[in-house]
Amino acid sequence: MAEFINVYILDWVAAWFGGSVAVDALFGYIVAAVLKAAIILNIIAVGALFFIWLERKVSGRIQDRLGPTRVGGKFGWLQTLADGLKLITKEDLMPGDADRLLFRLAPYIAFCASFAAYLALPFAAGWAAIQLNVAVFFILAVLGLEVFGVILAGYASASKWSLFGAMREAAQVVSYEVPLGLCVVIPVTVAGTMDLTKIGELQAGWFTNWYVFHSPMMLITAGVFFTCCLASVNRAPFDLAEAESELVAGFHTEYSGLRWSFFFMAEYGSMFLVSGLAAVLFFGGWNGPIPITHILGIAGADGLVGFIAQLMGATNMLLKMSLGVTIMIWIRWTLPRLRIDQVMTTCWKYCTPIACVMFVSVLLWQAYQLPTLGRLAPLRIAGDVEEVLPPPPTTTWLRRPAATELATNGPGSFELADSDIHGAIAAARRLSHEVEGQ
Amino acid sequence: MDAINWSSFYFFLFGGLACLFALAVVFTSNVVRMAFYLIMSLAATSGLFFLAGADFVGAMQIMIYVGGTLVLLIFGVMLTAQGPFIKMHTSGGDWILAAVVGGSMLAILIPAAFALGAFITPDEAEVAAEQRLADGNELPAAQPTATRIGLGVVGARVDKLEQESPVLVGGMSGYLLAFEIIAIHLLVVLVGAAYLARAKKRATPTQIEAVE
Repeated sequence: MAEFINVYILDWVAAWFGGSVAVDALFGYIVAAVLKAAIILNIIAVGALFFIWLERKVSGRIQDRLGPTRVGGKFGWLQTLADGLKLITKEDLMPGDADRLLFRLAPYIAFCASFAAYLALPFAAGWAAIQLNVAVFFILAVLGLEVFGVILAGYASASKWSLFGAMREAAQVVSYEVPLGLCVVIPVTVAGTMDLTKIGELQAGWFTNWYVFHSPMMLITAGVFFTCCLASVNRAPFDLAEAESELVAGFHTEYSGLRWSFFFMAEYGSMFLVSGLAAVLFFGGWNGPIPITHILGIAGADGLVGFIAQLMGATNMLLKMSLGVTIMIWIRWTLPRLRIDQVMTTCWKYCTPIACVMFVSVLLWQAYQLPTLGRLAPLRIAGDVEEVLPPPPTTTWLRRPAATELATNGPGSFELADSDIHGAIAAARRLSHEVEGQ
Repeated sequence: MDAINWSSFYFFLFGGLACLFALAVVFTSNVVRMAFYLIMSLAATSGLFFLAGADFVGAMQIMIYVGGTLVLLIFGVMLTAQGPFIKMHTSGGDWILAAVVGGSMLAILIPAAFALGAFITPDEAEVAAEQRLADGNELPAAQPTATRIGLGVVGARVDKLEQESPVLVGGMSGYLLAFEIIAIHLLVVLVGAAYLARAKKRATPTQIEAVE
């Protein structure tokens, strides 16, 4: 992106004044970085505006009410903006005994953790702020820091309600990171990479290629993953940290005005993010259920056509993320809040063992090349790597593209056929032959 | 603009932040603030890793060290939120002991730091590698990537493919054995911890009388 800005925009502008801009000029990188940060900030902020409105409408309908109806005309669609104005004008209170520095910093830390996790999330093939080859791991690591802001808020408020809320949140998030990590590992092992862009590319084609349809176990894994996501972003029925009926408002009891709204931006940002993570890992990412861009042949094209294809992909992705958040809202207004012991039971006695069993069984499914919806290959025991690859059908978008194909000519091709992996397979084979020989 | 080396700038920024927060840890007496500064210091260190292009190690640093210190913070809050431990005062003897330990550590680390070559960016490293090839020298065999480390862990040493098989079979085939030993060790520790922490049946008065 920085090169594009330098070559096509800055150089063009500079030409008016008789100058020129080098391809790798620093200015292009700064502009690109600012643009990316601004886009992500807008996704979080506008997303929060929209989803808070949606939450009010959906909760209203679920409870047989109308929800907001007046502000901004027909559907009360400016309600959140009015709320925002109210929040800005509120008095900024701080308890007398509060740890002033930490009290001020806590909302920003929670928000920054949520923001930083977006940096590695791809919205379409290659449309990530930073292309990391360990994107999944990075997102999990950074997302775990959001609880840091919550704990600091709970401690610094010098209030019993806040401290109780924060301790509950800490226990919950630290516990749920275990099954969450296990669930993430499963699609990562199936894809063979931690790069979210590659994981998304591997699910290109019809919706049968999505990893959620990889095997029956994967479907269960997606369910467990979503449950753990709910717990890790502190949403009902796991919203013990802010249980209104017991703790006033939990960790943000003492917060008001803009600081309070930062916590909510962080919460809605994380909800949107984990929905995106679920979309990429299990639901095909930016690939729609019907591969329109592949049928039209515009996926991975150059210039404006390719840009439109990417935009369609990003629309798919944003739709899936919004759907994920809508399901979270639906669950929140349907299920009652769990007790802390029930939360722990759900984590350690259900989610973690299920995730472990699913991990092993998906690996077995993969090792024995059992059929998946996307690749209805005949049942064969893995004897040799080349043998078990299914014969290539005539149209590539009908099935999951083989790794070697993607490397040479596939849509948005990438280098999966790494010499490292081939070398490792050769070494493993040599080893096994020698062990057999002895 | 090219007069400024931006890699150096960010290196000094993150390095300075890490040192600053490390000093803050030493000079704060509040337990929770200490843990907070420690987390900041460790996060700045992970920034250094990201700057060096080691994304995996950077994410590891966040996951393990920052996440681990987070748990420390939780215990700090849980055990000391109220009461006499919220402010910690260090006695003179502790200062001397800490100075000896810290000073000797520093004496080891400073020569080690200056023994390394200058800090170069991944781009510069690539240029240097190309220059090495152009001069007719061979590249160093091991190029550390996450893929290689991961494959090594599961038993295939990518960097030792050329070696003769007896070496590979003779315990050099990877880090799998060490990995397994560590895993079993951790499992044993966890089982032991669970055993020690299990809810014990409280002795009833009648049982105590019976023993007496």
